[in-house]
Amino acid sequence: MNRIAGVLVLLVGLYAALYATRPSALDSSNLIDVGNRQGFYGIMAIGVGVVMIAGGIDLSIGAVVALAATTFGVLLKNGVHPYGAFLITLMGGTSIGLLHGILVTKFRLKAFLITLCGLFVYRGLARLLTNDLQVGMNAILREKPSFVPSVDWLRFYLTGHEADGKLAFPAMLVLLGVIAVVVGLILQKTSYGRYWYAVGYNEQAARYAGVNVDRQRIVTFMIGSTLAALAGILLLLKDSSVKPDNAGMAYELEAITGAVLGGVSLRGGSGTALGVVLGAAVLPLLKNLIIFLEIPSAVEPVVIGTTLLLGTTVDELLRKRSSTRKSG
Amino acid sequence: MPTPLIEAMAIRKQFPGVLALDGVSCAIMPGEVLAIVGENGAGKSTLMKVIAGIYTPDAGELRMNGQPVRFDGPADAMEAGIFLIHQELSLAENLSVLDNLFLGRERTRLGFLRVLDRASMAATGRDVLARVGLPKELLHVEVGALPPGQKQLVEIARALINDAKAIIMDEPTSSLTQKETDTLYSVIDALRSSGVSILYISHRLAEIKRCADRAIVLRDGKLTAMLPKDEINHANLVRYMVGRDLKQFFPRDHRKGAGETVLQIRDLRFAGGPGSGISLDVRAGEVLGMAGLVGAGRTELSEAIFGIRAITGGTIQLAGQPVQIRTPRDAIAVGIYLVPEDRKLNGLVVDGSVGENLSLPNFGRISRYSWLSRLGENELHRESIQRLRVKTPSAKQTIGLLSGGNQQKVVFGKWLARGPKLLILDEPTRGVDVGAKAEIYGLIDELAGQGVAIWMITSDLEELLGMSDRAVVMHEGHIAGELKREECNEEAVMRLATGGSE
Repeated sequence: MNRIAGVLVLLVGLYAALYATRPSALDSSNLIDVGNRQGFYGIMAIGVGVVMIAGGIDLSIGAVVALAATTFGVLLKNGVHPYGAFLITLMGGTSIGLLHGILVTKFRLKAFLITLCGLFVYRGLARLLTNDLQVGMNAILREKPSFVPSVDWLRFYLTGHEADGKLAFPAMLVLLGVIAVVVGLILQKTSYGRYWYAVGYNEQAARYAGVNVDRQRIVTFMIGSTLAALAGILLLLKDSSVKPDNAGMAYELEAITGAVLGGVSLRGGSGTALGVVLGAAVLPLLKNLIIFLEIPSAVEPVVIGTTLLLGTTVDELLRKRSSTRKSG
Repeated sequence: MPTPLIEAMAIRKQFPGVLALDGVSCAIMPGEVLAIVGENGAGKSTLMKVIAGIYTPDAGELRMNGQPVRFDGPADAMEAGIFLIHQELSLAENLSVLDNLFLGRERTRLGFLRVLDRASMAATGRDVLARVGLPKELLHVEVGALPPGQKQLVEIARALINDAKAIIMDEPTSSLTQKETDTLYSVIDALRSSGVSILYISHRLAEIKRCADRAIVLRDGKLTAMLPKDEINHANLVRYMVGRDLKQFFPRDHRKGAGETVLQIRDLRFAGGPGSGISLDVRAGEVLGMAGLVGAGRTELSEAIFGIRAITGGTIQLAGQPVQIRTPRDAIAVGIYLVPEDRKLNGLVVDGSVGENLSLPNFGRISRYSWLSRLGENELHRESIQRLRVKTPSAKQTIGLLSGGNQQKVVFGKWLARGPKLLILDEPTRGVDVGAKAEIYGLIDELAGQGVAIWMITSDLEELLGMSDRAVVMHEGHIAGELKREECNEEAVMRLATGGSE
């Protein structure tokens, strides 16, 4: 709860700063635009959040995003119906998660290492798949005009963008809301959630309690990679074109940052869906603020890094104080 | 005779390089408390893990109520009613007591959705907390916030929820206060009278006597004794654990009596020490035991003599010559060596090999002009390992992988090669199993026989009484009194250690 209050304060502060910088920034059009981005990051952050709660980590998210985005495009280009391509791509993500999970549990390899290798391999596969060329939705749809209605439908209801790129409503924020509610219910109300927290905090304890630890960990990796693949599809839909060599670059770090800001421990065993949603909302907002402050984009990473450092430090201090108060 | 609840028949379990269990058979009756005794590595925990389904035996059979059973994993054993309470508590501390009680066996609704049925679980949870004497308000408290004693009771409660027929407790009191231990005893009594069997692993004789109906003793993976309640005593336990008698356990075969005074301390003051000075003599060929409560200042005094703490006043003489000790180098140069309390912190390079550790303080002997002589080094290693009977495959073995006792022997070995005049041993056998203890005592006796002055700081009363030729007791930084060997007994030591007069 403490953590959620902390990140809420941070968010309110950022919105206030945005308003102070330029009151027009709080116009609905900008808020909707930022909200949609927050939804996009939130989906990946929820995925990696689940993995981290169960004690894992996923560094391959950005590469999975790129591979999913290009796969989705290539499938369409080869005549697979958009809905089918959507499902196939999602399932591809699930399989990647399954692979990670099996390597981590059955072969006793470190998640950090496995997914770090994945980061290179999937990026490479994305480039191989496309001959390192840009994948453009418009070009695909010119070749396959019969796909236009269903792609438009997917684009509109999943990303909120119309065919001309105009943003009608923050669909990705809505999508995140649905996913977060489902994940939140699983975490808090079902035995699966209990197992993930237990496995993440003390794998041994869970094992000795008779929990099928391996299966639970595999499932969390599958959820993480599936959501990363979903983000990849969203990326191609909303941006209309992706380049395999830089699509989704460093998204894993932003997703992990969001999850950590939202209270997911890097050591596993703690975090909530609501916290991750709020935590993931910080970065897009901060980026927006940087634009309005007219800070040169070269300085952007420094501002982001420093703000996150301050945010987590303050949080850590607050947490320490509250824990000493409890014991004293 | 009634059918035993659990029977282990000729259980065999092989690990790489170790035969952990070599045909062990034992039985436990319903409602019986059975103590399992043995030194570290004797196979106690392995046997318990086999019974709890964590290990599958390589040969042999388990029976419950006379029927053969086979456990593939702890879940099977729990299904059958066997629960292991672990040495390192195995609770998910980030979850509430209620969540932990039902972890792995939650009551759920809506089929595969597995939505938790909290109301039903809470009702059962409250009942079972009452059975182990915990207040029901704890149900929604995070386990991490509980003291160790209550965590253990939560684990026991978890077993009870699942209709435990047998509960295995592995060193259950190792992290408990006296009060918590008493609570645990009364829970054990209540469980026994309700028909639950308890397998109780412990080192502590008093505990075993208090709780157990019977005891079995393991040594090197074999069952060496099955003792009924009235035969559970120290002499028997040591005999079957170590395989030799208590008298041989504390040898004094080599000692020829105290000689010249080696170390003479007069009115010594040091940083962190008491305001008034300390005086002490240690003579050649004697083992001077030093007792006292934790924090009595024994370690601090030894650190001052070894040059770790700054000396602020008084004199130190070694064999009649005044010496100045400002650093450990000074101490080593005059022949004073310290085997510190925390081997891993101060005594060993844990990641290094046995050989590297042996060589470290002996470069003078094995090098010429700072050039290491491989031959000399090998010779030193072979000699030390043989003399100390260090159980290691070779000098190249990483020392951290050896048992505590063998590590301690290497710490000894570092100094032995240099021919010490005074050897300060700070808790020489802490964390060392009984077998290695016996060897370390033999070594101490041998050194004393060679005329080395030995100053042994120990909190282990038996060790103090068994090994010392003379004992001094410290209390709040001062020497509270000195006891000759004849005067040395538990009451006298404790009286001085707690501030009573001689």
